[in-house]
Parts: sequence; structure tokens; C-alpha cells
Amino acid sequence: MNAALFAGTRGIGRALARQLAECGYGIALLGRDPNELERSAADLAARGAARPVATIPCDLAEPAGFAPALDAAEHALGRLDLVVVTAAVFAGQDELEADAELCRRLLELDFTNTILFCEQARVRLLAGGGGTLCVFSSVAGDRARKPVALYGAAKAGLSHYLDGLELRYRAAGLRVVTVKPGFVHTAMTEGLQPPPFASEAEPVARAALRGILRGRRVVYAPPIWRGVMAAVRALPRPLLRRSAF
Amino acid sequence: MREIHGWGRYPRVAAHEAHDEDLERASREPVLFRGLGRSYGDASLPARAGARVVSTTRADRILAFDPATGVLRAEAGLSLAELDRVFLPRGFAPPVVPGTEFVTLGGMVACDVHGKNHHSAGSFASHVRELRLRVPDGRVLDVSESSEAELFAATTGGMGLTGQILEVEVALKPVPSPWLRAESRAYPNIDALVEGLRETSARVPYTMAWSDSTARGSALGRGVLISGDWAEPVGAAARAWRWRAPLALPLDLPSGLIAPLTTRVFNAAVFAAQRFARPRLVGPRSFFHPLDVLANWNRAYGRRGFVQYQCVVPVDRDTRAVRRLFETLVRMDGASLVTVVKDFGAEGRGLLSFPRPGVTVALDLPMRGAATQALVDQLNDQVAEAGGRIYLAKDALTRREHFQAMEPRLARFNEVRRKWDPNGRLRSALSVRLLGDEP
Repeated sequence: MNAALFAGTRGIGRALARQLAECGYGIALLGRDPNELERSAADLAARGAARPVATIPCDLAEPAGFAPALDAAEHALGRLDLVVVTAAVFAGQDELEADAELCRRLLELDFTNTILFCEQARVRLLAGGGGTLCVFSSVAGDRARKPVALYGAAKAGLSHYLDGLELRYRAAGLRVVTVKPGFVHTAMTEGLQPPPFASEAEPVARAALRGILRGRRVVYAPPIWRGVMAAVRALPRPLLRRSAF
Repeated sequence: MREIHGWGRYPRVAAHEAHDEDLERASREPVLFRGLGRSYGDASLPARAGARVVSTTRADRILAFDPATGVLRAEAGLSLAELDRVFLPRGFAPPVVPGTEFVTLGGMVACDVHGKNHHSAGSFASHVRELRLRVPDGRVLDVSESSEAELFAATTGGMGLTGQILEVEVALKPVPSPWLRAESRAYPNIDALVEGLRETSARVPYTMAWSDSTARGSALGRGVLISGDWAEPVGAAARAWRWRAPLALPLDLPSGLIAPLTTRVFNAAVFAAQRFARPRLVGPRSFFHPLDVLANWNRAYGRRGFVQYQCVVPVDRDTRAVRRLFETLVRMDGASLVTVVKDFGAEGRGLLSFPRPGVTVALDLPMRGAATQALVDQLNDQVAEAGGRIYLAKDALTRREHFQAMEPRLARFNEVRRKWDPNGRLRSALSVRLLGDEP
């Protein structure tokens, strides 16, 4: 089995790449910084990756590079069975409201460009007879809340797209795994005040891996977020309007 | 900003603890690096309240491993637990293993840790091939025995004060299996225990002793010596081994729980149980880090916390020096829940490295304010007089005068440190307390 990971050098992507390598997957790492790619490839090799780890430059801000990067991954690995997307950016609501350019960039990267990448991955997975596309969305996309109105909107759109992709192509052999992590301690959330149920990259990656191996459609990570978000979705609107949460 | 502390949970200081996957970037400012925070006292705390420290634990990539030589290079935040998990099943063990797995490579170098095999393998630094170091003038250097040897020597055991450790290259040890054959033997008092360590260490590569700090009179310092070596992969030792996460202690126990009475009962039970233990095959955690079975066991001491105290005293001329430490413990009611005694081999090359030939004693003391300070002062008087020294990774209460009296090597260390960091930019709470740095 072979996996291409977009942003598999850091945070949850790094943890998931390690777990996939330990499961015997051939790995291609897609990312922006060649030096980071090399260091992560060495890490996976030392941890016993079955085959040489491919490293392929790819930037979420440059959609023109998506097709060639996935072609290169397919070429290096022989075939693609799994594509994982952990690439994303985060910014707080206040920051985004104050800076229109930052806001445009976040919406573009987390929604438009992520979907454009998934489209390229979909085409290649289906052409190979099927496979799994595992994309990290967020619990923030499950219901609008004050502190993540913009980020949550991008993630809600992404979740919606992934949901539709699953409806449309499941019969053709495409499995779509939408991972919805809560707050995870990574570089993306560094410096933020952790809310309850904050988790670490490793257990979140493990939950995602379980979802991939069992073909789950939606994975909450850690699993407690399934219940938490069910409760949040059920909250009466006036309550949500009054709360800062 | 939140309160951070070492493993003993004393002292506590408000600090900004940042995490960074990229240590080259994080080290652009001269900020103190902190690993898993397993040094007991103030070694990983900032020089003044409110300052920043950088946790290295997310910089945990293995950068190279050569199965032919066992040489591994990794980012400084890689933990020993991860090293065990990945490499023990493949036949490689860390060359030197301290009492817990939850330490980083960088921390192991900075504290120059030792283990049950000190008499046969030396301390961790003797297996380190090279360090990548950000020195305080901003340069990134690869230092080793052959390149900037003096800086290398000052950095191993230098408590992170000579530069920020970015990468560590160390030789792992090939082992026949992940299992160990262990034996226990009881000794009726501290003199017999020390003699038993000397004898056993002459033939067995891994040795240590648990001692009962509450026993008195003719049983003073009675203990159980545990020795062992890696098992050949036959019979039960041919089984596969898998790393397991420890259980967690979910809450603080009350601060007064670990008191002289409970300590006496616990130690008597350990002594009784170990005394009749047969030779056995054990896993690496049970042999090397039995306390790791329970993550956060430090919470058993409650919010007041505890201090560790570890010293080494030479015994070649004065074989009674260890006995006198135990006499002081009994006299001052210094009941230590877990007391470890171990013989050390030759001194390493680290300018401030702790181990030196002699016998080391490690104590866990519930923090009881002035009484605990008085006990540590008294022990330090004796250690200084015996020509011994203390272990900085464990220390929280030693006074600067005592430290200076024990460390004739300090002048040389200070000289190297001043050469690389003339403005004293890299500091910690420990360096303020013991080296006289500005807070």
C-alpha cells in the first residue's frame, strides 16, 4: 500500500506518516520546504519505512503545482492507495477580521485550494481503480460559533464538499475519510489558550489511521468530540448567541 | 503564561513555555531549552519569573541510523521512550538508561545522565559522538571530541548553559533481545550493601540497590541489590516485546500522605517482597524504569511537591562515608520513600558531569520547608567534607557556598562558559541559584 501525505512533515501529518510507515505503507511526502521534507524522509526511513520515502515539493498556495506533485508521487510509488491532506492554516477570528488579506488567504488555502488538491487526488485515485482520500477538516465546521466564524466557514465548506464527494464516487471505489479534530497541540495552535479536551498530535493521528483502515466516513479525533459536537449542534441558538464559546 | 516546575513540583515559577518543531529557528534567541521537564528541581526553569523557555519535545525526528554501527542522529527533543519503542524490537538499546524513559536526548546530554551500568559503561556523554549546538553568539556548530572539544566537554553535563542543543549523535548498543535476566539479593545493612555492590558490579554489567532509609540500628540502610544483563533470545526471551504507554495518576494525592510512617511501611514491604524474589526474566521498563509504570507518580506527593537529593561520595579511603549519610537521615527523620544506592565507575570528561568513582545515594524527600532545607544543608556539609558532589539534575535546595566547596571544577567550567557566552545570555533558575547569574 502507498500513501501520499500533503504536509506530512509537521504536527498531525508527521505523526500519521510515522504510523503509516510502521504499518508498511510506501510514503511520498508533499510539502513546501525541501529541507523539512528531507529531514522527515530520513525520520521515516530510520523508523523502518519499507521503501525509500519520496519527497515532492508542493505548496498549498500554488494550485498549479498540485497535478505535477501528485503525478510525481504516483510515479515514485508505482500507484496511490491513500492520499492524506493535513495542510491548512489557522488564524483567530479577531486577527482575520482585522486583516482582509489574511482572511482572503485563509479562505483560499483552507477551502478553495484544499478542494482543488482533493480534485486532483480524486482523479488519480479513481483512475487507479479506487482508493482512500483522507482530509483533515475540523469540529469548527460542524456548527457556527463566535470564535471560529471564518475558519469554521472554510472548514464547513470543506466538510460539505467531502460529504458530496463520498456520495458521488463511493460506488466507483473512492473512500473519503473526513477527520474532524478538536483542539490539538501543534505548531498551528501554538500560543493559543487550550480549551477542554485538547489533545496531542499522536492520538489524533491514531484515530485517523483507525478511520482509514476501517473505512469510516467521518472521524472525530479524539472520539469524545463526536459527543461534544452532537451537544453543541443541539444547543439552542439564543444560548450560543450569549456565550463566548 | 502558566506555572511550570520540574519533576519534584518544587520550586514553581510562572513562565511562557513555547513549543517549536524547528529548534534552529527557536534558538535564534538565547532562550533556555527544556526537554520533558524530568529534572527534579530548577534546572529547566527560567532565570526569572515570566521569562520564556522553549520545550524541545516536538523536535523529535530521527535524522540518521546506521544498523551496522548503531550510530543514531536525532533532533534533541526525541524521547528515550520513543527510542526504546522503535529500536529495542530491532536489537538496539540506548547505551545508558536513566531511571525514567520520559527524558529527551538533549536533556540526557545536558544532565549527562547515568544508569545501572555506570560502572561498566560510564555516563551518557561517553557514547555521544557529536552535538549540533547553537552557541550564544548565534552560530550553529557541530561539536565533538575532535571539534571544539572543550565546548563539547562543558556541554555534556553543562545543564544547557553553554549553548542550545539542537541535534545529538549517539551510539546505540546492540542487544541480544529486549528482555533482561534480573536477580535480587537482600543485604542486612548499608555497609554490606555497599560491599555487595562492589562485588556484584565486578561481574555483572547492570547493578543498583534500593535501600530502606527508615531502618535503624543494626539494620541501618538495609537494602536489596538488583543486578542483571540482557537476555539471550531463547525460551521466554525469544518473545516479541511491545512498548506500552504508562497508566496515569489522574489527581494529586494529599501532600501529607508520604510521611515517615507510610514510608516505613512501604519500604518494609518492598524489602520483604524483594528479599525472596527469584532470578527472573523481565522487560526493560520493569528493570530500568519501574516508576514509569505510573505516569505522573510525582503527584503522589501532593501540591507541596518533593525534592530529590542525589550525591556521590568517594569510598576508597573512607568506607564509612555512606553509613554517615544514612545516620543523618535517621537522626533528622529524613524518611525517603525511594532510596537508591549505586556504585560509580570512572569519571567522564564532562566538565560538570556528576558521576565520579564512589557510591551514590539518591533520596526522595517530601518538601517540608525549613526542615527539608536543614536536612539538605546537613547532607551537603558531609558530602563536601567527604570530597563528594551533588547531581544538579536532582537538586533544588543546595546553597551556592556548598556547591562551590564541592566543585573545584567550577572555575574551568565558568571559563569555558564565559568564553562562549561573555554576556551570560543563557541562564536558568539553577544557574542563578548556584552559579551566581543575574536573574
